[in-house]
Order: sequence, then structure tokens, then C-alpha cells
Amino acid sequence: MADPKALYQEVILDHNKKPRNFGALDDASHKAEGHNPLCGDHLTLTLKLDGEQVGAIAFTGESCAICKASASMMTVAVKGKTRADAETLILEFRDMATGTLDYANTPHHLGRLTVFAGVRDLPTRVKCAILPWHTLHAALNSVTSTSTEAEDDPMHAPIGDA
Amino acid sequence: MTTALKARSSSAFDVERIRADFPILKLKVGGQPLVYFDNAASSQMPQPVIDRFVRYQSTQHANIHRGVHYLSETATGEYEEARRKLQRFINAREEREVIFTSGTTESINLVMHGYGRKFIGKDDEIILTTLEHHSNIVPWQMLAEEKGAKIRVVPINDAGELLVDEYEKLFNERTKFVGVMHVSNALGTINPVKHMIEFAHARGVPVLVDGAQATPHMHVDVQDLGCDFYAFSGHKLCGPTGIGILYGKAAILERMQPFKGGGDMILSVTFEKTTYNTIPHKFEAGTPPIAAAITLGAAVDYLSAIGMDQIAAHEIDLLNYATEQVNGMPGVRIIGTAEKKAAVLSFAIEGVHPHDVGTLLNQDGIAIRTGHHCAQPVMQRFKVPATSRASFAFYNNLAEVDALIAGIRNVQKVFA
Repeated sequence: MADPKALYQEVILDHNKKPRNFGALDDASHKAEGHNPLCGDHLTLTLKLDGEQVGAIAFTGESCAICKASASMMTVAVKGKTRADAETLILEFRDMATGTLDYANTPHHLGRLTVFAGVRDLPTRVKCAILPWHTLHAALNSVTSTSTEAEDDPMHAPIGDA
Repeated sequence: MTTALKARSSSAFDVERIRADFPILKLKVGGQPLVYFDNAASSQMPQPVIDRFVRYQSTQHANIHRGVHYLSETATGEYEEARRKLQRFINAREEREVIFTSGTTESINLVMHGYGRKFIGKDDEIILTTLEHHSNIVPWQMLAEEKGAKIRVVPINDAGELLVDEYEKLFNERTKFVGVMHVSNALGTINPVKHMIEFAHARGVPVLVDGAQATPHMHVDVQDLGCDFYAFSGHKLCGPTGIGILYGKAAILERMQPFKGGGDMILSVTFEKTTYNTIPHKFEAGTPPIAAAITLGAAVDYLSAIGMDQIAAHEIDLLNYATEQVNGMPGVRIIGTAEKKAAVLSFAIEGVHPHDVGTLLNQDGIAIRTGHHCAQPVMQRFKVPATSRASFAFYNNLAEVDALIAGIRNVQKVFA
């Protein structure tokens, strides 16, 4: 998928324009802020775990369309899932975005999230797509703040530059 | 197109002939002809300058200021000749006032270490401006932290112009240094540096001018400006990366301590005592970027042959044309509307993040810069996380500006 036009698909533009689960939960059990210092993208993620299940999740922030649509679709994808399933999705999404997952020939759980596969050909935009997932990982692990530039973060994707 | 533009395009300045000198302009990106509008980040290199690099490496290379053999003498001669070319380019009084560095950033760091650490102390004040590039902020912050000095910042107005009255009010008996950029990389504002230098000098305060964005776009005369230091980079001047210049007045350079220690910057070394070389060599420790310096010499020859005034006039035509077009587009706002501007057009498209603008324009083969432009205080002042920036060079033409305008319309359509 070398054509960047493919990245700005209708579904991404739609989620950018009308982000789902946009806002903040008053009764969140977990919260994290994600920040990409290279481009200024930032978002705040709040979620409520009911036992091991993501009962509710919401995000706010200011970012590019790729990041915002990724956050919006992520909240839709993980709502109702268990924490373990969410962590699996986080890893699969990262691997797809960085090009290490052959998503066409390997079983995965990404579903419609494969619309973001095009970022792997745009190294400078990979972090935009990954930031929400990065932040979700931090929230689930009770880390309150994360950055795409945090070298010790297991979600760190050392790709590209702003 | 205005009559003035038509008149200019038929004058001696022949942009199409110039474009033929730049091999990279023949490149296609994603099937589209490259439109390169990221000149403020780095400019492209014309064939005669590329050829100079090849000739040096093919027939003249050796280490300099050492060895008595033919190649060493040739390389030394060419390197010092390049220094004289740069001296003429900025009209420095003496060639020893021209120091080769790795770029503007290193030039500023050299002044911070060589001058700042020696002459700036506790509670002293350094004046910088809101417009500064991080490279003219961070070194001074490091110095301020080390010495307990303070940084005072000149504010800007909504057009992106420095408030000169406020600048003047910042001076007091503790003011020991001024750092100001000649032309803003983020907004294009041309700052009234000559006046600012005169004002500082009347109070005995030395001034460093960051000329990284001025030297590619206008005739710069350091003697006329009167600045104590002038820093700029080769790769924004059709030269290679890894080379830059620090101009400093001889009297002040001589009072400074060396920045880096090593070979070439010494006269004699024993374990008891080292005697430093004279300027400029005192500041050029180790083997310098010889090839890059000589190539940069060819680049300023190339620019001078076209004429910096001709270059400036053509670029202002491009800027005025682009500004006029963008001003007529609903939903697009120009950030940085100073009365005196160099060929930089920073803009924001309503409802679209600059990174999406950049990615979509790239699919049309148009290279612009998106982000904070290493000038986060400017972004904070305008309350934007980032801007899209098209920056023009003398080898750009009006058809390319039209391509940009069409590209912006396409972005708006995609995000409609």
C-alpha cells in the first residue's frame, strides 16, 4: 500500500470528523495522557474497568486526523473487551503499523483497524496512529503519562521523526 | 499575475535556466513532478556545486595545514580560498573573522562556550526573542543554568513582529548579551537587527545574529549590520550539510576561550602548557569538513553570480503571489504577516492538522514542512500546535505556487 491516498479513507475521515467516545469519564478507574513531543499531538484517555473488562472508555485531545481516528476506532474496538484482549490488540496494532505484522496472511483480531495499515509506508506518521494505543497500554498498566519518545516504554516505536 | 511579475519574468533573471542547473528538480515524487517548498529547512544543490565537490574529492583531497606534499598544499589553499569566498559573501573585514563550523547550531554553541562561559556570570541577563529557533535558546538556557544568569525575552505582536520598544525596555546594567535571529524560520519576519545592534552597542552589549534564514534570501553585510557575531549554515545556501560559518569581530574572537580542544587549534603542546593558535584556527580543532567548506565556497560563488538582490526580488514575487492566492481562500489563515518578510509562508487550514496537510500535499509531489519548526515559543504565542510552512527559493517558479494552491484546495476537499 504505497499510495498515501489509501490512508485517508472514508472511515478514517469519518472518525476524525465525528470521533466516538470523545470526552472524559467522571468515574474512571484508569487514566493516562499520551504525548508526541515531536508534533504536539496529545490525548487524555480515561477508562473504567469492571473486573477485568473495559466497561467504558473515552478520550479527548488535540491531534491530527490519523491520531484522532485511531483513538476513536480504538475506543470502539476495546469497549467490552477484557484487559488481556485489549493488550493483544495493542500489540497487533503496533505490529501492523510498524510493518512487522503480515496482517493479510497472519491471523489477528484487528478487523476494520486494518485501515491504518497504510501508515507503515509513512514512517513520520506511524507514531500518530500508535499514540492512542501507546496511551491505552499506559492506562491499563497504571502509568499516568506516556510519550512516543520514552525509550524505556515497551510500546516505543523508534521510527521516523517529526 | 501582476504586471510587475510579468516584467520580472522577462528580465535578466531567468528562473527556467536556473532550474536546469538543479538535477533534483527533475525528480518525480509519487508520479508527480517534485515541488520543493522546504527550502527553509534545507536547500537543493545545483550541478556546478556538485561538480566542485566531485573535483575536490577526485583531484585535490588531503588533510590541510599539515604535510608539505602537493595534495596537502592544494587542499589547504582551496580551503583557505573558500574562507575568503565566504568573507566576501558577508563582507567581513578580515578572513580570520570567518570560522568554519558544522552549522548555525555549532556556531551559536561556540559563542556560548567561548564568550558566554568566560564573560557572563551570576545574575547577568541575556536578551533573546520569542521568534528564536531552539538553537538560539537552548545553549543560552544551558549557560544561564550553569552561571545563574537570566534570560529575558522580547515579545512579538500578532503579525509576528518584534516589539522593539519592549526590547529597549529590557536593557539594564545587568544586560550582558543579545541573541536575535535575522529572519524568522517559522514566520519569515525580517527583524530590525541593525537598529537592535546599534541600541545594544550604545550600552556596551555584544550581539549575536542568527543568520541561518537570512543568508539564503538577501544580501548580508556584517560590517554594515555591525554585529559582533553572525551565524549561518551551508546547507541552506545550496551547499552541503555539515558546514556552517561563525563570523565574529576579530577583537572579540581574540578575547574568547577555545570551544573544542585538539589538533590544528594549537601552536605548541606540552603536558605543562598548551599555546593556542591564532584565530580563526583557535576555533577549528581537528580536521575540519574540508570538502564541505570548499563546496560551500562554490555555492556562494553560484549565488553571487546570480546576485543576491535578484534572488531576493524573485523570491518576494513568489511570496507576494502565494500570499495573494492564499488570502483569497476561505478557511486558510496565514500565520506571520509582518510587513517585512522573507519568502516563508506559514499557514493553517481550518479543521485540518498540519501533519495531515503535509501528508496530503506530499501525494501531489509537494514538499512542505509541518510541525513546530523548532520554534515552540512561536507556536505557543499563536496558540497553534504546529503550522504548515511553504518556504521558497530562487529556483522555485509561479507554476509551483499554483500547484501548492491546488494542493491546498484538494486538502480542503478531502476534509470537507
